[in-house]
Amino acid sequence: MGQVIKVGMADLNICTVPDSLTTLGLGSCVGVALYDKVTKVTGLAHVMLPSSKEISNNSNIAKFADTGIDETLRLMREKGAKTENIVAKIAGGAQMFAFSLRSNDMLNIGERNVKAVKKKLSELNIPIIAEDTGLSHGRTVIIDSNTGIFTIKAVGKKLKEI
Amino acid sequence: MSKIDLNNIDSVHFDVLKEIGNIGAGNATTALSKMLNAKIDMNVPKVDLVGFSEMASIMGSEEDVMAGILLLISGDIDGMMMFLLEVKSARSLVNTLMGTTPDPEKENSPEFDEMEHSALSEIGNIITGAYLSALSDLTRLNISASVPHLQIDMAASILSVPAIEFSKVGDKALLIETQFDDDSNINGYFVLVPDLDSYDTILSSLGL
Repeated sequence: MGQVIKVGMADLNICTVPDSLTTLGLGSCVGVALYDKVTKVTGLAHVMLPSSKEISNNSNIAKFADTGIDETLRLMREKGAKTENIVAKIAGGAQMFAFSLRSNDMLNIGERNVKAVKKKLSELNIPIIAEDTGLSHGRTVIIDSNTGIFTIKAVGKKLKEI
Repeated sequence: MSKIDLNNIDSVHFDVLKEIGNIGAGNATTALSKMLNAKIDMNVPKVDLVGFSEMASIMGSEEDVMAGILLLISGDIDGMMMFLLEVKSARSLVNTLMGTTPDPEKENSPEFDEMEHSALSEIGNIITGAYLSALSDLTRLNISASVPHLQIDMAASILSVPAIEFSKVGDKALLIETQFDDDSNINGYFVLVPDLDSYDTILSSLGL
């Protein structure tokens, strides 16, 4: 058994066999797990916002879908991963509170994060092979570099492996 | 240009925000005490600007199940306000309000039935309402709140909602931790998220 490395909110990290990466309690944020099927180099980004271009305060590149995924990929390549061997699994992007009124911008952030992540991955030609997104509950995710299995935990629900 | 930079807040502004937290939480405690018809003491609230990753760990662990009550605020200032309670505290408040005998098996259960759910929303409404009315009196600003929305889930996932709002302007969030202290030891946390312009409005209204 390897180590389980924690990735915080607006944070990212990579690992290699036999370690795993986890991020706890994803709400409207999206956990983007990238996995190189050949070298088993693994990355996980905890994305809070769709785009670094919409925000002036964008020094933390891990915070955004676009720059966060780019950076995770760059670190994985440094460890020998190849973009053409990488697949993605994503989770999160929940709408935690069911507001029906006002400022959709603020409240549909989960959905917008998921869209932005998908757009970015498709631009990079990285296929999304599994996802557990949307709805209204929080999720803890773990990506295992040995198998590429993405485990999702939620309160009052069964463990899900995708 | 905004007066406030949450990443580099000066001590005067910080003290003002702290005082707002203090008065708001004080008023909320009084409201809670009246509602429950019990004496409730409040510890001096801790006000902190914390990084996103630390936010949930201050309250316990990211995966601890908590009850979060969220209201949108509008009027002279815009933003959101959140009140968080440990599930155990939420259960104990609901029991007190509804006059039910505590069931030890349900003490830490995240399952609340419809009636309990609505009681908890109402508690959140009263507490946050008292908090906001203190803020409104102090600043003479017109502040109105939406109906409360309740969610019971992992702390980090609930906190992601205000954290995302903060993340648009910085990498830290303003957290006001209040510990109510009656026999059952109720712990609660306020997270006030004015949008950036609203910080200016608040500070200007206080002559800063």
